[in-house]
Amino acid sequence: MASSPSGAATTPAPTITAPKRPAGTLYRGREGMWSWVLHRITGVAIYFFLLVHLLDTALVRVSPEAYDAVINTYKTPIMGLGEAGLVAAIVFHAFNGLRIILIDFWSFGTKHHRAMFWVVIALWAVTMAAFLPRHLMHVFGG
Amino acid sequence: MSMATIEGQAAPPPAEVQSFTVTLLIRRFDPEKDTEPYWQDFDVEMYPTDRVLDALHKIKWEQDGSLTFRRSCAHGICGSDAMRINGRNRLACKTLIKDLDITKPIYVEAIKGLPLEKDLIVDMEPFFESYRQIQPFLIASSKPEKERIQTVAQRERFDDTTKCILCAACTSSCPVFWTDGQYFGPAAIVNAHRFIFDSRDEGSQVRLDILNDKEGVWRCRTTFNCSEACPRGIQVTKAIQEVKQAILRGGNA
Repeated sequence: MASSPSGAATTPAPTITAPKRPAGTLYRGREGMWSWVLHRITGVAIYFFLLVHLLDTALVRVSPEAYDAVINTYKTPIMGLGEAGLVAAIVFHAFNGLRIILIDFWSFGTKHHRAMFWVVIALWAVTMAAFLPRHLMHVFGG
Repeated sequence: MSMATIEGQAAPPPAEVQSFTVTLLIRRFDPEKDTEPYWQDFDVEMYPTDRVLDALHKIKWEQDGSLTFRRSCAHGICGSDAMRINGRNRLACKTLIKDLDITKPIYVEAIKGLPLEKDLIVDMEPFFESYRQIQPFLIASSKPEKERIQTVAQRERFDDTTKCILCAACTSSCPVFWTDGQYFGPAAIVNAHRFIFDSRDEGSQVRLDILNDKEGVWRCRTTFNCSEACPRGIQVTKAIQEVKQAILRGGNA
Protein backbone atom coordinates (compact mmCIF):
# COMPACT_ATOMS: atom_id res chain seq x y z
CA MET A 1 0.00 0.00 0.00
CA ALA A 2 3.08 2.29 0.33
CA SER A 3 3.17 3.57 -3.21
CA SER A 4 1.95 2.59 -6.59
CA PRO A 5 2.94 4.08 -9.95
CA SER A 6 -0.68 4.45 -10.98
CA GLY A 7 -1.76 6.25 -7.83
CA ALA A 8 -3.95 3.38 -6.71
CA ALA A 9 -2.30 3.49 -3.27
CA THR A 10 -5.15 5.53 -1.83
CA THR A 11 -7.86 3.19 -3.09
CA PRO A 12 -8.73 -0.16 -1.52
CA ALA A 13 -7.90 -3.41 -3.26
CA PRO A 14 -9.96 -3.96 -6.43
CA THR A 15 -12.96 -6.19 -6.04
CA ILE A 16 -12.97 -7.15 -9.72
CA THR A 17 -9.57 -8.44 -10.75
CA ALA A 18 -8.16 -8.13 -14.24
CA PRO A 19 -7.67 -11.13 -16.49
CA LYS A 20 -4.11 -12.29 -17.16
CA ARG A 21 -4.38 -11.77 -20.93
CA PRO A 22 -6.93 -10.69 -23.53
CA ALA A 23 -9.39 -13.44 -23.00
CA GLY A 24 -11.06 -13.10 -26.38
CA THR A 25 -14.24 -15.07 -26.18
CA LEU A 26 -13.54 -16.74 -22.83
CA TYR A 27 -16.09 -15.87 -20.15
CA ARG A 28 -14.66 -15.71 -16.65
CA GLY A 29 -17.24 -17.68 -14.74
CA ARG A 30 -16.81 -18.72 -11.14
CA GLU A 31 -17.11 -22.02 -9.21
CA GLY A 32 -20.51 -22.85 -10.70
CA MET A 33 -19.30 -22.62 -14.29
CA TRP A 34 -16.02 -24.47 -13.71
CA SER A 35 -17.75 -27.27 -11.81
CA TRP A 36 -20.05 -27.64 -14.82
CA VAL A 37 -17.07 -27.72 -17.21
CA LEU A 38 -15.34 -30.38 -15.06
CA HIS A 39 -18.60 -32.35 -14.83
CA ARG A 40 -18.85 -32.38 -18.64
CA ILE A 41 -15.22 -33.39 -19.20
CA THR A 42 -15.30 -36.17 -16.58
CA GLY A 43 -18.67 -37.33 -17.90
CA VAL A 44 -17.39 -37.69 -21.47
CA ALA A 45 -14.21 -39.42 -20.21
CA ILE A 46 -16.27 -41.91 -18.18
CA TYR A 47 -18.50 -42.55 -21.20
CA PHE A 48 -15.51 -43.53 -23.35
CA PHE A 49 -14.19 -45.76 -20.57
CA LEU A 50 -17.57 -47.52 -20.34
CA LEU A 51 -17.54 -48.07 -24.11
CA VAL A 52 -14.14 -49.82 -23.94
CA HIS A 53 -15.16 -51.62 -20.75
CA LEU A 54 -18.31 -53.04 -22.38
CA LEU A 55 -16.25 -54.25 -25.34
CA ASP A 56 -13.56 -55.99 -23.25
CA THR A 57 -16.13 -57.57 -20.94
CA ALA A 58 -18.10 -58.78 -23.97
CA LEU A 59 -14.93 -60.61 -25.10
CA VAL A 60 -15.52 -63.24 -22.41
CA ARG A 61 -18.47 -64.41 -24.50
CA VAL A 62 -16.15 -64.78 -27.51
CA SER A 63 -13.43 -66.68 -25.70
CA PRO A 64 -12.09 -66.60 -22.12
CA GLU A 65 -8.52 -66.76 -23.47
CA ALA A 66 -8.98 -63.63 -25.55
CA TYR A 67 -10.51 -61.91 -22.51
CA ASP A 68 -7.51 -62.86 -20.34
CA ALA A 69 -5.09 -61.66 -23.02
CA VAL A 70 -6.77 -58.26 -23.24
CA ILE A 71 -7.04 -57.83 -19.46
CA ASN A 72 -3.32 -58.71 -19.11
CA THR A 73 -2.36 -55.85 -21.42
CA TYR A 74 -3.97 -53.50 -18.89
CA LYS A 75 -1.41 -54.44 -16.24
CA THR A 76 1.15 -51.83 -17.31
CA PRO A 77 2.15 -48.65 -15.40
CA ILE A 78 0.61 -46.46 -18.11
CA MET A 79 -2.76 -48.20 -17.76
CA GLY A 80 -2.30 -47.98 -13.97
CA LEU A 81 -1.99 -44.21 -14.19
CA GLY A 82 -4.99 -44.20 -16.53
CA GLU A 83 -6.97 -46.08 -13.89
CA ALA A 84 -5.95 -43.48 -11.31
CA GLY A 85 -7.25 -40.78 -13.68
CA LEU A 86 -10.46 -42.74 -14.24
CA VAL A 87 -11.08 -43.04 -10.49
CA ALA A 88 -10.34 -39.30 -10.07
CA ALA A 89 -12.90 -38.50 -12.78
CA ILE A 90 -15.56 -40.86 -11.38
CA VAL A 91 -15.11 -39.58 -7.79
CA PHE A 92 -15.50 -35.96 -8.90
CA HIS A 93 -18.46 -36.78 -11.16
CA ALA A 94 -20.17 -38.70 -8.35
CA PHE A 95 -19.74 -36.08 -5.63
CA ASN A 96 -20.57 -33.20 -7.98
CA GLY A 97 -23.62 -35.14 -9.16
CA LEU A 98 -24.84 -35.22 -5.55
CA ARG A 99 -24.20 -31.46 -5.38
CA ILE A 100 -26.32 -30.89 -8.50
CA ILE A 101 -29.12 -33.03 -7.05
CA LEU A 102 -29.00 -30.90 -3.89
CA ILE A 103 -29.14 -27.70 -5.98
CA ASP A 104 -32.19 -29.08 -7.80
CA PHE A 105 -34.13 -30.51 -4.87
CA TRP A 106 -32.93 -28.84 -1.65
CA SER A 107 -34.51 -25.41 -1.19
CA PHE A 108 -31.25 -23.92 0.13
CA GLY A 109 -29.16 -25.62 -2.57
CA THR A 110 -28.91 -22.54 -4.80
CA LYS A 111 -27.81 -20.46 -1.83
CA HIS A 112 -24.98 -22.76 -0.77
CA HIS A 113 -23.84 -24.00 -4.19
CA ARG A 114 -20.39 -22.40 -3.88
CA ALA A 115 -19.68 -23.88 -0.43
CA MET A 116 -20.95 -27.23 -1.69
CA PHE A 117 -18.48 -27.07 -4.60
CA TRP A 118 -15.56 -26.74 -2.16
CA VAL A 119 -17.01 -29.58 -0.08
CA VAL A 120 -17.00 -31.68 -3.28
CA ILE A 121 -13.34 -30.77 -3.88
CA ALA A 122 -12.47 -31.62 -0.26
CA LEU A 123 -14.29 -34.99 -0.42
CA TRP A 124 -12.57 -35.69 -3.72
CA ALA A 125 -9.14 -34.92 -2.19
CA VAL A 126 -9.84 -37.14 0.85
CA THR A 127 -11.05 -40.03 -1.30
CA MET A 128 -8.09 -39.76 -3.65
CA ALA A 129 -5.65 -39.53 -0.72
CA ALA A 130 -7.04 -42.81 0.57
CA PHE A 131 -7.06 -44.51 -2.83
CA LEU A 132 -3.92 -43.30 -4.60
CA PRO A 133 -1.13 -44.64 -2.29
CA ARG A 134 -2.61 -48.13 -2.25
CA HIS A 135 -3.32 -48.11 -5.98
CA LEU A 136 0.12 -46.78 -6.96
CA MET A 137 1.78 -49.40 -4.71
CA HIS A 138 -0.11 -52.05 -6.68
CA VAL A 139 0.88 -50.52 -10.01
CA PHE A 140 4.55 -49.81 -9.32
CA GLY A 141 5.23 -52.17 -6.38
CA GLY A 142 4.72 -55.27 -8.51
CA MET B 1 -31.47 26.76 8.92
CA SER B 2 -30.64 23.46 7.34
CA MET B 3 -28.83 25.23 4.54
CA ALA B 4 -26.56 26.92 7.06
CA THR B 5 -25.74 23.60 8.70
CA ILE B 6 -24.85 22.03 5.37
CA GLU B 7 -22.65 25.02 4.49
CA GLY B 8 -21.00 24.80 7.89
CA GLN B 9 -20.20 21.13 7.38
CA ALA B 10 -18.85 21.73 3.91
CA ALA B 11 -16.34 24.27 5.24
CA PRO B 12 -13.16 22.11 5.09
CA PRO B 13 -12.17 22.01 1.41
CA PRO B 14 -12.37 18.51 -0.05
CA ALA B 15 -9.01 16.84 -0.45
CA GLU B 16 -7.71 16.81 -4.01
CA VAL B 17 -8.91 13.55 -5.50
CA GLN B 18 -6.13 12.01 -7.50
CA SER B 19 -6.83 11.04 -11.07
CA PHE B 20 -4.84 8.42 -12.93
CA THR B 21 -4.37 7.05 -16.39
CA VAL B 22 -6.40 3.97 -17.15
CA THR B 23 -5.83 1.76 -20.18
CA LEU B 24 -8.91 0.28 -21.80
CA LEU B 25 -8.65 -2.54 -24.30
CA ILE B 26 -11.83 -2.47 -26.33
CA ARG B 27 -12.88 -5.16 -28.78
CA ARG B 28 -13.72 -3.22 -31.93
CA PHE B 29 -15.64 -4.39 -34.96
CA ASP B 30 -16.91 -2.38 -37.91
CA PRO B 31 -18.91 -4.60 -40.27
CA GLU B 32 -18.14 -2.24 -43.19
CA LYS B 33 -14.35 -2.52 -42.79
CA ASP B 34 -13.41 -5.50 -40.65
CA THR B 35 -13.77 -9.21 -41.20
CA GLU B 36 -12.82 -10.07 -37.60
CA PRO B 37 -13.13 -8.16 -34.30
CA TYR B 38 -9.83 -6.85 -32.92
CA TRP B 39 -8.54 -5.30 -29.67
CA GLN B 40 -7.74 -1.58 -29.60
CA ASP B 41 -6.23 0.21 -26.59
CA PHE B 42 -7.09 3.68 -25.30
CA ASP B 43 -5.51 5.67 -22.43
CA VAL B 44 -7.91 7.88 -20.47
CA GLU B 45 -7.51 10.06 -17.39
CA MET B 46 -10.03 8.82 -14.79
CA TYR B 47 -11.02 9.28 -11.16
CA PRO B 48 -11.62 6.22 -8.91
CA THR B 49 -15.26 7.24 -8.60
CA ASP B 50 -15.77 7.31 -12.38
CA ARG B 51 -17.51 4.44 -14.10
CA VAL B 52 -16.48 2.40 -17.10
CA LEU B 53 -19.24 4.21 -19.00
CA ASP B 54 -17.50 7.54 -18.27
CA ALA B 55 -14.31 6.11 -19.75
CA LEU B 56 -16.22 5.03 -22.88
CA HIS B 57 -17.78 8.51 -23.14
CA LYS B 58 -14.36 10.13 -22.82
CA ILE B 59 -12.99 7.95 -25.59
CA LYS B 60 -15.97 8.60 -27.86
CA TRP B 61 -16.08 12.36 -27.23
CA GLU B 62 -12.35 13.13 -27.11
CA GLN B 63 -10.41 10.41 -28.91
CA ASP B 64 -12.39 8.27 -31.35
CA GLY B 65 -15.91 9.27 -32.31
CA SER B 66 -16.45 6.00 -34.17
CA LEU B 67 -16.57 3.98 -30.93
CA THR B 68 -20.09 2.56 -30.80
CA PHE B 69 -22.01 1.44 -27.73
CA ARG B 70 -25.53 1.63 -26.31
CA ARG B 71 -26.48 3.63 -23.25
CA SER B 72 -29.60 5.52 -22.32
CA CYS B 73 -30.19 6.41 -18.68
CA ALA B 74 -26.59 5.74 -17.54
CA HIS B 75 -27.89 4.97 -14.05
CA GLY B 76 -28.46 1.22 -14.08
CA ILE B 77 -32.17 1.28 -14.86
CA CYS B 78 -32.62 1.12 -18.64
CA GLY B 79 -30.39 -1.93 -19.15
CA SER B 80 -28.78 -0.66 -22.37
CA ASP B 81 -25.08 -0.94 -21.57
CA ALA B 82 -24.51 -4.53 -20.54
CA MET B 83 -21.04 -5.54 -21.74
CA ARG B 84 -18.25 -7.92 -20.84
CA ILE B 85 -15.84 -6.05 -18.55
CA ASN B 86 -12.71 -8.00 -17.64
CA GLY B 87 -14.40 -11.15 -18.92
CA ARG B 88 -17.58 -10.80 -16.84
CA ASN B 89 -20.95 -9.35 -17.79
CA ARG B 90 -21.52 -6.00 -16.10
CA LEU B 91 -23.39 -2.74 -16.71
CA ALA B 92 -20.79 -0.15 -17.77
CA CYS B 93 -22.76 2.50 -15.83
CA LYS B 94 -22.59 0.54 -12.56
CA THR B 95 -18.95 -0.58 -12.69
CA LEU B 96 -16.68 1.85 -10.85
CA ILE B 97 -13.07 2.26 -11.92
CA LYS B 98 -11.95 1.74 -8.30
CA ASP B 99 -13.49 -1.74 -8.31
CA LEU B 100 -11.22 -2.75 -11.18
CA ASP B 101 -7.51 -3.51 -11.09
CA ILE B 102 -6.22 -0.41 -12.91
CA THR B 103 -2.59 -1.52 -12.87
CA LYS B 104 -3.67 -3.73 -15.77
CA PRO B 105 -5.74 -2.77 -18.82
CA ILE B 106 -9.52 -3.00 -18.53
CA TYR B 107 -10.93 -5.35 -21.14
CA VAL B 108 -14.27 -4.29 -22.58
CA GLU B 109 -16.11 -6.34 -25.19
CA ALA B 110 -19.66 -7.01 -26.34
CA ILE B 111 -21.85 -9.54 -24.56
CA LYS B 112 -21.57 -13.07 -25.88
CA GLY B 113 -24.02 -15.35 -27.68
CA LEU B 114 -25.94 -12.65 -29.56
CA PRO B 115 -24.99 -11.55 -33.11
CA LEU B 116 -22.35 -8.78 -33.02
CA GLU B 117 -23.41 -5.70 -34.97
CA LYS B 118 -20.72 -3.10 -34.27
CA ASP B 119 -18.11 -2.62 -31.53
CA LEU B 120 -20.05 -3.16 -28.28
CA ILE B 121 -23.51 -3.43 -29.87
CA VAL B 122 -25.20 -6.79 -30.42
CA ASP B 123 -28.53 -7.68 -32.03
CA MET B 124 -30.90 -8.08 -29.07
CA GLU B 125 -33.80 -9.44 -31.14
CA PRO B 126 -33.30 -13.18 -30.31
CA PHE B 127 -33.25 -12.17 -26.64
CA PHE B 128 -36.50 -10.18 -26.86
CA GLU B 129 -38.11 -12.92 -28.97
CA SER B 130 -37.64 -15.39 -26.06
CA TYR B 131 -39.01 -12.74 -23.71
CA ARG B 132 -42.17 -12.29 -25.81
CA GLN B 133 -42.72 -16.06 -26.02
CA ILE B 134 -43.26 -16.43 -22.26
CA GLN B 135 -46.16 -13.91 -22.40
CA PRO B 136 -44.78 -11.26 -20.02
CA PHE B 137 -48.10 -9.60 -19.19
CA LEU B 138 -50.93 -10.08 -16.71
CA ILE B 139 -53.40 -12.75 -17.82
CA ALA B 140 -56.67 -12.31 -15.88
CA SER B 141 -60.25 -13.07 -16.89
CA SER B 142 -62.03 -10.82 -14.39
CA LYS B 143 -62.49 -7.10 -14.87
CA PRO B 144 -62.26 -5.73 -11.35
CA GLU B 145 -64.06 -2.55 -10.34
CA LYS B 146 -60.96 -1.52 -8.37
CA GLU B 147 -57.39 -2.76 -7.84
CA ARG B 148 -56.59 -6.48 -7.52
CA ILE B 149 -55.89 -7.09 -3.83
CA GLN B 150 -52.78 -9.00 -2.81
CA THR B 151 -51.29 -9.73 0.61
CA VAL B 152 -47.75 -8.66 1.53
CA ALA B 153 -46.65 -12.30 1.51
CA GLN B 154 -48.19 -12.87 -1.95
CA ARG B 155 -46.32 -9.83 -3.29
CA GLU B 156 -43.09 -10.92 -1.59
CA ARG B 157 -43.28 -14.31 -3.35
CA PHE B 158 -42.17 -12.88 -6.72
CA ASP B 159 -40.52 -9.65 -5.56
CA ASP B 160 -37.01 -10.66 -6.60
CA THR B 161 -37.93 -11.26 -10.24
CA THR B 162 -39.76 -7.93 -10.64
CA LYS B 163 -36.36 -6.20 -10.58
CA CYS B 164 -35.33 -7.35 -14.07
CA ILE B 165 -34.30 -4.56 -16.48
CA LEU B 166 -33.85 -6.83 -19.54
CA CYS B 167 -30.19 -5.93 -20.02
CA ALA B 168 -29.33 -9.50 -21.19
CA ALA B 169 -26.31 -9.72 -18.85
CA CYS B 170 -27.64 -13.04 -17.49
CA THR B 171 -28.73 -14.62 -20.78
CA SER B 172 -25.45 -13.75 -22.50
CA SER B 173 -23.43 -15.18 -19.58
CA CYS B 174 -25.09 -18.60 -19.93
CA PRO B 175 -22.88 -21.31 -21.50
CA VAL B 176 -26.00 -23.15 -22.66
CA PHE B 177 -27.29 -20.04 -24.45
CA TRP B 178 -23.92 -19.52 -26.22
CA THR B 179 -24.08 -22.92 -27.87
CA ASP B 180 -27.85 -23.39 -28.08
CA GLY B 181 -29.57 -20.31 -29.46
CA GLN B 182 -32.98 -21.99 -29.03
CA TYR B 183 -32.76 -22.00 -25.21
CA PHE B 184 -35.14 -19.44 -23.66
CA GLY B 185 -32.34 -18.13 -21.45
CA PRO B 186 -32.34 -16.92 -17.85
CA ALA B 187 -33.97 -13.52 -18.49
CA ALA B 188 -37.08 -15.00 -20.14
CA ILE B 189 -37.47 -17.54 -17.30
CA VAL B 190 -37.03 -14.78 -14.68
CA ASN B 191 -39.85 -12.79 -16.30
CA ALA B 192 -42.01 -15.90 -16.56
CA HIS B 193 -41.34 -16.51 -12.83
CA ARG B 194 -42.54 -12.96 -12.13
CA PHE B 195 -46.03 -13.86 -13.45
CA ILE B 196 -46.13 -17.58 -12.59
CA PHE B 197 -45.88 -16.77 -8.87
CA ASP B 198 -48.11 -13.67 -9.01
CA SER B 199 -51.37 -14.52 -7.22
CA ARG B 200 -53.31 -12.10 -9.49
CA ASP B 201 -52.27 -13.90 -12.66
CA GLU B 202 -54.24 -16.80 -14.17
CA GLY B 203 -51.84 -17.81 -16.94
CA SER B 204 -49.19 -19.58 -14.90
CA GLN B 205 -50.05 -23.01 -16.32
CA VAL B 206 -49.66 -21.66 -19.86
CA ARG B 207 -46.19 -20.37 -19.05
CA LEU B 208 -45.20 -23.55 -17.19
CA ASP B 209 -46.23 -25.53 -20.29
CA ILE B 210 -44.11 -23.24 -22.50
CA LEU B 211 -41.09 -23.65 -20.21
CA ASN B 212 -41.59 -27.42 -19.80
CA ASP B 213 -40.11 -27.69 -23.29
CA LYS B 214 -36.88 -29.33 -24.42
CA GLU B 215 -35.48 -25.81 -24.82
CA GLY B 216 -37.13 -24.58 -21.61
CA VAL B 217 -36.00 -24.67 -17.98
CA TRP B 218 -34.54 -28.18 -18.31
CA ARG B 219 -31.70 -26.78 -20.42
CA CYS B 220 -30.41 -25.00 -17.27
CA ARG B 221 -27.19 -26.64 -16.05
CA THR B 222 -26.95 -24.53 -12.85
CA THR B 223 -23.64 -22.85 -13.70
CA PHE B 224 -24.76 -19.76 -11.70
CA ASN B 225 -23.14 -17.41 -14.23
CA CYS B 226 -26.49 -15.63 -14.54
CA SER B 227 -26.87 -15.02 -10.78
CA GLU B 228 -23.32 -13.67 -10.68
CA ALA B 229 -23.83 -11.42 -13.71
CA CYS B 230 -27.20 -9.86 -12.79
CA PRO B 231 -26.67 -6.12 -12.10
CA ARG B 232 -29.89 -6.05 -10.05
CA GLY B 233 -28.80 -8.89 -7.78
CA ILE B 234 -31.66 -11.17 -8.80
CA GLN B 235 -31.12 -14.77 -7.68
CA VAL B 236 -31.64 -15.95 -11.26
CA THR B 237 -30.68 -19.60 -10.82
CA LYS B 238 -32.92 -19.83 -7.75
CA ALA B 239 -35.84 -18.46 -9.80
CA ILE B 240 -35.17 -21.04 -12.54
CA GLN B 241 -35.06 -23.80 -9.90
CA GLU B 242 -38.40 -22.61 -8.50
CA VAL B 243 -39.95 -22.81 -11.98
CA LYS B 244 -38.51 -26.35 -12.37
CA GLN B 245 -40.05 -27.32 -9.02
CA ALA B 246 -43.40 -25.79 -10.02
CA ILE B 247 -43.43 -27.84 -13.23
CA LEU B 248 -42.63 -31.01 -11.26
CA ARG B 249 -45.46 -30.29 -8.81
CA GLY B 250 -47.81 -29.42 -11.66
CA GLY B 251 -48.61 -25.89 -10.49
CA ASN B 252 -47.37 -22.79 -8.75
CA ALA B 253 -48.76 -23.71 -5.33
